[in-house]
Amino acid sequence: SCPLSSRCCAPSSPAPAMNCRAEVLEVSVEGRQVEEAMLAVLHTVLLHRSTGKFHYKKEGTYSIGTVGTQDVDCDFIDFAYVRVSSEELDRALRKAVGEFKDALRGSGSDGMGQISLEFYQKKKSRWPFSDECIPWELWTIKVNVVNLANEQERQICREKVGEKLCEKIINIVEVMNRHEYLPKMPTQSEVDNVFDTSLKDVQPYLYKISYQITDSLGTSVTTTMRRLIKDTLAL
Amino acid sequence: FFLFQTVQVIVQARLGEKICTRSSSSPTGSDWFNLAIKDIPEVTHEAKKALAGQLPAVGRSMCVEISLKTSEGDSMELEIWCLEMNEKCDKEIKVSYTVYNRLSLLLKSLLAITRVTPAYRLSRKQGHEYVILYRIYFGEVQLSGLGEGFQTVRVGTVGTPVGTITLSCAYRINLAFMSTRQFERTPPIMGIIIDHFVDRPYPSSSPMHPCNYRAGEDNGAVYPSVEDSQEVCTTSFSTSPPSQCVFTVTKAHFQTPPPVVTDTLKVPVMGLAFSHQLSSSRLSYQPAALGVGSADMGYPVLFAGGLNAAHPHQLIGPGKEGGVPPVPSQPAHGAQADQERMCTPLDGVHYSAATPSSSEDTETVSNSSEGKCGSPHDLLETIFIRKVGAFVNKPINQVTMANLDIPFAMFAPKNVELEDNDPMVNPPESPETESPLQGSLHSEGSSGSSTGNTHDDFVMIDFKPAFSKDDILPMDLGTFYREFQNPPQLSSLSIDIGAQSMAEDLDSLPEKLAVHEKNVKEFDAFVETLQ
Repeated sequence: SCPLSSRCCAPSSPAPAMNCRAEVLEVSVEGRQVEEAMLAVLHTVLLHRSTGKFHYKKEGTYSIGTVGTQDVDCDFIDFAYVRVSSEELDRALRKAVGEFKDALRGSGSDGMGQISLEFYQKKKSRWPFSDECIPWELWTIKVNVVNLANEQERQICREKVGEKLCEKIINIVEVMNRHEYLPKMPTQSEVDNVFDTSLKDVQPYLYKISYQITDSLGTSVTTTMRRLIKDTLAL
Repeated sequence: FFLFQTVQVIVQARLGEKICTRSSSSPTGSDWFNLAIKDIPEVTHEAKKALAGQLPAVGRSMCVEISLKTSEGDSMELEIWCLEMNEKCDKEIKVSYTVYNRLSLLLKSLLAITRVTPAYRLSRKQGHEYVILYRIYFGEVQLSGLGEGFQTVRVGTVGTPVGTITLSCAYRINLAFMSTRQFERTPPIMGIIIDHFVDRPYPSSSPMHPCNYRAGEDNGAVYPSVEDSQEVCTTSFSTSPPSQCVFTVTKAHFQTPPPVVTDTLKVPVMGLAFSHQLSSSRLSYQPAALGVGSADMGYPVLFAGGLNAAHPHQLIGPGKEGGVPPVPSQPAHGAQADQERMCTPLDGVHYSAATPSSSEDTETVSNSSEGKCGSPHDLLETIFIRKVGAFVNKPINQVTMANLDIPFAMFAPKNVELEDNDPMVNPPESPETESPLQGSLHSEGSSGSSTGNTHDDFVMIDFKPAFSKDDILPMDLGTFYREFQNPPQLSSLSIDIGAQSMAEDLDSLPEKLAVHEKNVKEFDAFVETLQ
């Protein structure tokens, strides 16, 4: 499947660009925990990387809407997380994670893959080149799916994965707290180059989600890569 | 305002319900930081009361303490969320809205983190058996009630032109919770506060001052009273390896002539030590003496072990001119059951941090106070003799062993193990932990009787009451421990033999019995040789 992006543009190169901050998290989960674990991490990141909707006013100033939050309990993990109250965003993430999970399950891999959340900025280029996407933050979650034999192991896994996710959340918050590069607040004309304005209740930074599955041969099949080639050829 | 929002988030996170707020695309005026955080008026009211119009500054942090209270009335501190301010001003941040955005980010992080600490799950389950309570106070951070091994997570920092705000949470790890009923706890003595200090460097920037424990700040939430500490003690005692407890016990023995000791309760309190660290409990009276004393000491952490004789006076001394005032109140407490002993005398457990500089402070203070504390000293001793016989430097010690048992009465089943583990625990630890303290002791040389410290053998301290040289046991402590250690082994050995005979008897009674009866003498001889 294709990477889910908030705006269509030429896919950025698979490797993070020069000044892009990259963070990698690793989790080992059981098959049915994949979705919730991914959602927990992605939502936590997006919670920090979303603002209320901007309302530009005449004088070049803007006001910001309010971001609501809600708690989500996980069914298969002893864990709860906070996400922004935006059904659209939740749907988008669930779709991406669902595809990831299917790919993990179906590709015949031994259950290893990674899902990436990349925040980028668009830079308008002159014709004939399409807009460039410059990533400034990349979160990669490496997943290792384990198979458990009995209910007892599953119970232990529930707790352990819950604890692991707690650690991951703390890690994420640490990174966020570094207050490193964030795109400047844009003017009204530029806002679409920085934020995803398609949602009606929140405004996350432009992001795209991609994933790759490591098949049993150890080679990684990058779906983004494939698309890049396709698009370049189509151009 | 940020403060209020912070408090709201924390408290709401512990209400036990799932929080759900809506996003609205158009801003409403009351949503600070662009986050929809419901304002529970009571919470804001409490926060306002606690802050009393002040803002956090160095040494004055806003703390929200979350504690758990069971239906039986036991309570335990679970977390402390602190918002601190330090002097590091970030001059580069000139644009106020950057700060605003960062504060907003910090609140989001807080939202995330409040779901991640163990207390969240506990608070979701609250109801019949226990409830979660909060308390807001403003002032010094009090991390003492969190038990051993608590962890700190930093939610975030934001630099502002007037200082740097840091928001962090210290949460208890040791969630094993035991009912204190089994330890025949006497009602807590009001005004006696047991502070537990660990010498772990706190990752958060909170200034850890063990003073100014504000009883009055309590806004109706559960207050960690003596009960808490006791519970903590007992809990930790039961969960931590006996060695730790023993370790601290022996440390207590290092106390100065007024056998500070370790009242039984102190033992477990000490048991709160981290596996490789020493913690000491410091008993102190209500803010006054405690606060002043520690302030003078200026150490954030108490360090068990190797305390010099002067310590008992120290706490009493500074600020109290020799500590005479507290002394008279001791007898009152002394009369009480074991656990109560923690009172005052344990002030002596006011250990200095294991740094030479602070030990110097200790020295001067102790020197000055020691002189003054002459009489209270004796008074303490006498009191202790009554209560903590084993640790008294007086001849009541013929019951040394027995007295040792008394303080450990509540840990009776564990006595043997405790003692057994002593030598095992202490020697390896003493070099690392003792030496700095020993060194400081030597340098101080203040506490007259305490100068008997030697570096290598932690037990070789003259003034150690129960194990002092001139007393009952005409041997040094090392030998004493070795001796003491043996009997249990022997008894178990003979028990084994007995068990064997029992088992075999069961199998084939008559002949085995005869055989064993024949061999009994051999067995006895064998046992004799072991002795």
